[in-house]
Amino acid sequence: MNNFTYSSATGTNSALKLFSESPDRNARFLAGGTNLIDLMREGIEQPESIVDITRLPLAEVRELPNGDLRVGAMVRNSHLAANALVRERYPMLSQAILMGASAQLRNMATTGGNLMQRTRCYYFYDGAAACNKRAPGSGCDAMEGFNRIHAILGASPQCIATHPSDMCVALAALDASVNITGPSGERRVAFSDFHRLPGDTPERDTNLEPGELITSIDLPAWSSGLHSTYRKVRDRASYAFALVSVAAALKVEGGIVREIRLALGGVAHKPWRASVAENFLRGKAATADNFAAAAAAELAPAIPRRHNGFKIELAKRTITLVLSELAADEGAMR
Amino acid sequence: MKSFQDGLQSISLHVNGVERSLTIEPRVSLLDALRDHLGLQGTKKGCDQGACGACTVLVDGERINSCLTLAIAYQGREIVTIEGLAKSGALHPMQRAFIEHDGFQCGYCTPGQICSAVGMLDEFRKGAPSGVTPLSKENGASSELSDAELRERMSGNLCRCGAYVGIRDAIHEVYGATRS
Repeated sequence: MNNFTYSSATGTNSALKLFSESPDRNARFLAGGTNLIDLMREGIEQPESIVDITRLPLAEVRELPNGDLRVGAMVRNSHLAANALVRERYPMLSQAILMGASAQLRNMATTGGNLMQRTRCYYFYDGAAACNKRAPGSGCDAMEGFNRIHAILGASPQCIATHPSDMCVALAALDASVNITGPSGERRVAFSDFHRLPGDTPERDTNLEPGELITSIDLPAWSSGLHSTYRKVRDRASYAFALVSVAAALKVEGGIVREIRLALGGVAHKPWRASVAENFLRGKAATADNFAAAAAAELAPAIPRRHNGFKIELAKRTITLVLSELAADEGAMR
Repeated sequence: MKSFQDGLQSISLHVNGVERSLTIEPRVSLLDALRDHLGLQGTKKGCDQGACGACTVLVDGERINSCLTLAIAYQGREIVTIEGLAKSGALHPMQRAFIEHDGFQCGYCTPGQICSAVGMLDEFRKGAPSGVTPLSKENGASSELSDAELRERMSGNLCRCGAYVGIRDAIHEVYGATRS
C-alpha cells in the first residue's frame, strides 16, 4: 500500500475542508474501510490523503416529521439491520443487509460506504488485466474471460461489471433518497440516479462529484399493507456475493396488484430497478403466470456472455418465486 | 513522494486493558500493528482481505476484521485480542470449550474463531438478528441458538482444516452454560 497523509474529521465541514486541502484533491473519505483499505492494498486506489469520517455525528436513525426514516451515513450495517423500525417497516432492507458480507464486516461497514463499494470483477482487481473501469481505454478482459458473475442488463461494450451490494438493491426498490453535501452545497439525489450504468465512462460508478460526501439516506414512509422481502441466490449459503438477488414489495387487494416495488442485484452495473415488470403488473391479477410474464418482460433485453447466461433464467425464476410467496403471504393474512 | 520518516506518527492504542504507544505509518493496519509493533502475534493474518476472519478482534465489544483497518483510526477504542480474553491466568470459557471439544486442528483460525464466537454470543444475547432469523420471531435472551443461527452468524470465520463440528459444539456449550 502506498503511504498517505491521514487526518480525522470531527464534523462535516471539517471533512470537506480536509478533503479540499489534499494535493490534487487526490483524497478519499474513510468510513468502515472494508472495501477502500482492500483496494488501496491492491494498488487500485492510491490516494495521497485519507480523511477519516468515522467520528462524524452521522450515526443515528431517526424518524422525520413526515414519517420518513433518515439513516445517517455513519450508521453501521449491523445497527441498521437490527433497527426495530427498519425491521418492522422495511423487512427487505434488514434482510438484504444481513445477507451481505459477514458479521464482522457488517460491524464495520457504514451506510454511506455501502453505496460507494466498487465492483468485485476479477479483472478490475487484477492489475495485469485490461479493465476500462480501472484504466480507462485499456479494454475489458471480462468480455471474453471468465464472466460468470458479470452483468446481463445495462452493460456496455466498455464494461460488464456488476454492483456488489445487497443493501443497495433494497434501497433501489424502496425509492430511497441520498442526501449529499459538498463544496457547492447540499443536494438530494433519488437513489435510482445515484449509481450509473457503465456507458463510455465505466470508471465512474456513481454521480457523486469529487469532494462530495453522503450525509444520510432517507427511506420514504410506505403505505400500510405493502409487504416486502429480499431473496439472494449465491454459490454458498452465506458470505458470498449474489449471482442474482431480488428485493420486492407487494400490495395485493382483491387479487389485484395495487403496489409493487422490484429491484434486482447481481445483474447490472447498478442496482437494477425492474420498472418494466412493475408497470406490467400494476393493476393486473396477482398470479404466478403474470409474475412470470412480468419477469420475462424485464429480462427481455438481457444479453448473456459466455458464462453468465444462466442468470437470465435464474432472475426470472427468482422474481416469480418471490412475488408468488409475497402474494401468498398476503392471502394468508386476509 | 513523502519520505519514510515524515510518514511516521506516534499514536496510542488501548489493547487488552493497557494503553500502548507506538510509532507507525498511517498505512499500517490494526492487524499489523498488533502483530509487528506490539508483539501480540495471537491475532492471525490469513487472507489480509476480509475473506477469512482469522484476524478477528473485538473493538468496544464488537467483532471486526482487523486486516481491513488503519491502526491510526482506532485510537481511543477498546481493543481486545485473543491474548486479552484469559483473566488472572484462567482461560476464558470459550477458550476452555474449544480445547474440550477439539474446536481446531492446525490452530491458525482459532484466535479469530474464539474472538468471533465471543462477539457473536454477545450480539445474540442482545437480540441482534441474523440472515436466518425469521422476521416474525425476533431473537431475545430467551431464544435458542439453533444450529442454523450459529452457522450463519459464524460464517465470517473459515477453517481450512474443517474443525467446524468441534467449533459448533464448543460455542453451543458456552452459550448453554451462560444462558439464564
